[in-house]
Amino acid sequence: MIRSVKEIEEAPEFKKLVTSRWVMAGILTLLVFITYYGFVIMVGVARDTLSTKIGVATTLGIPLAVLVIVISFVLTLVYVLWANARYDRIVATLNEKLER
Amino acid sequence: MQTTLGQPTASAILFFLCFVAVSLLITYWAARRTKTTTEYYAAARQITGFQNGLALAGDYMSAASFLGIAGLVALKGFDGMIYATGWLVGWPVLLFLIAEPLRNLGKYTFADVLAYRLANRPIRLASAVGGILTVVFYTIAQMVGAGSLIKLMFGLPYEVAVVIVGVVMLVYVLFGGMIATTWVQIIKACLLLGGVTLLMLLGMAQFGFNPGSLYAAVAANYGQAALEPGGLITNPLDAVSLGLALMFGLLGLPHILMRFYTVPDAKEARKSIAWATGFIGYFYCIIPLVGFSASVLVGRDLIAKIDKGGNMAAPLLAELLGGTPFLGFIAAVAFATILAVVAGLTLAGASALSHDIYVNVVKGGHANEREQVRVARIATVLVGLLAILLGILFKGQNVAFMVGLAFAVACSANFPALLLSITWKRLSTAGATASILVGAILATLLIILSPTVWVDVLKNPAAVFPLKNPAIVSMTASFAVAFAVSLLVPDRKAQAQFEVQKVRTYLAVGAE
Repeated sequence: MIRSVKEIEEAPEFKKLVTSRWVMAGILTLLVFITYYGFVIMVGVARDTLSTKIGVATTLGIPLAVLVIVISFVLTLVYVLWANARYDRIVATLNEKLER
Repeated sequence: MQTTLGQPTASAILFFLCFVAVSLLITYWAARRTKTTTEYYAAARQITGFQNGLALAGDYMSAASFLGIAGLVALKGFDGMIYATGWLVGWPVLLFLIAEPLRNLGKYTFADVLAYRLANRPIRLASAVGGILTVVFYTIAQMVGAGSLIKLMFGLPYEVAVVIVGVVMLVYVLFGGMIATTWVQIIKACLLLGGVTLLMLLGMAQFGFNPGSLYAAVAANYGQAALEPGGLITNPLDAVSLGLALMFGLLGLPHILMRFYTVPDAKEARKSIAWATGFIGYFYCIIPLVGFSASVLVGRDLIAKIDKGGNMAAPLLAELLGGTPFLGFIAAVAFATILAVVAGLTLAGASALSHDIYVNVVKGGHANEREQVRVARIATVLVGLLAILLGILFKGQNVAFMVGLAFAVACSANFPALLLSITWKRLSTAGATASILVGAILATLLIILSPTVWVDVLKNPAAVFPLKNPAIVSMTASFAVAFAVSLLVPDRKAQAQFEVQKVRTYLAVGAE
């Protein structure tokens, strides 16, 4: 039984919770970086690729710009679903132990 | 086409008066529920994740992004779309790094998080400096934009427009506090999202709801180049620096951070970002369609003739497709947008003045509930009057750089200390204070020496500092100073409290 704040801080479940939270946050932040800077760097160095026509006049750059926004939103959802399902459950178990 | 832009039309005034009447009713309702500090600053923490998501979107989607990006796309084509993407990417990062710990550790302002284990007086003073500077720069941009836009749309004199915006929003914040401000943001977000959606649909109807036909028409009128990357990104380092400022600046905007205290817990804070990202992302996806439609249907010549920056592209499209009544509606939406954003900023500035400086620094945290609310209201009036004064003072000035400056200060002064106080045990009071001050001063100084101010505003031949946005230098320096000074001047007391803070950060034990 865990009773004090000190004990809970040292509990392996708590340490694991903190680590998994920042690993998740780190990976997702990195993905946002790759998505956004990937697009910005393409604008800088791969103009011809972005200017490729994929329709009558539509260029590849247009759907890619929309994709940057869509991916950002999807990554947000991934975090929320992960936190709602996994993170909150571990928090609830740890809090129960602390209160009893 | 003939346009009634610049004349106060009956429909514009009617829609605007409707908005003001409804928002004042809400303020009256909210004022009766605003007696304690938690009600005044944090809407009694009764806002749901969905409502806060809308309110966050309302705080963030300014008239400048609505009218400005539509105009940029209309005049510059694809380059405007590139610019639009940068405004969204901060939101997921805000969720991953800051939002939940901020909610669990703080009470009313982001300085609460820093003051959790660092020495109260110095850190509150420093973060109030960072916070107030950010709010002031952001407010100048909004007020000057408000004055000029309203002059363009309604033909009202600049000063009258600034005073109307200032006084109406002051009524919301002063009497209704965060409850009224939140509901004004929610209504504004719905009006803006609805109005832009309708405008986009009316525009797309002209092209058989087929984006491909729209782009073909753009290319037929202005050449294929309108759909290709042009001259927006010439220096990659500049693009990276601006990207950093947009991404991490959001994580240091006091009026955005403050909104996370209006929800009951970290879970609702998390959900509110998902909603906000959805709304804002949708907004930035459809704005380019409005811009492209305007360039084909209204024509670049007319758009540029009325306003060089293209700001009137969306209102002109509204008039062409929906006549004067729709123009009036869109103009009123733009007005409401400005009002709501300035209200949020004023409340954030007032909370830094009253909660951080007066209650915690001057009174050492000892002030009763009545006194705190009274001081909060006095601070609100001061910040509101300052906003009006700054708006008039900067009349006719080129303030395009002000939003960039606000983001640069936010990401260089507020964000590094905030992130490190949550994650790094050895962050000391001296380290955090130095980091905030260095970040704020360096970001401001480098912007003055950059091409945006040194050349464009002060008309010097060459810039002293080469980058348009200093984030890459000033934010890095701020982190470096935080590390170096914390190691040189350690803070044993702060380190000892890190464990307790950690339990509260992740388990919400003892969270407000």
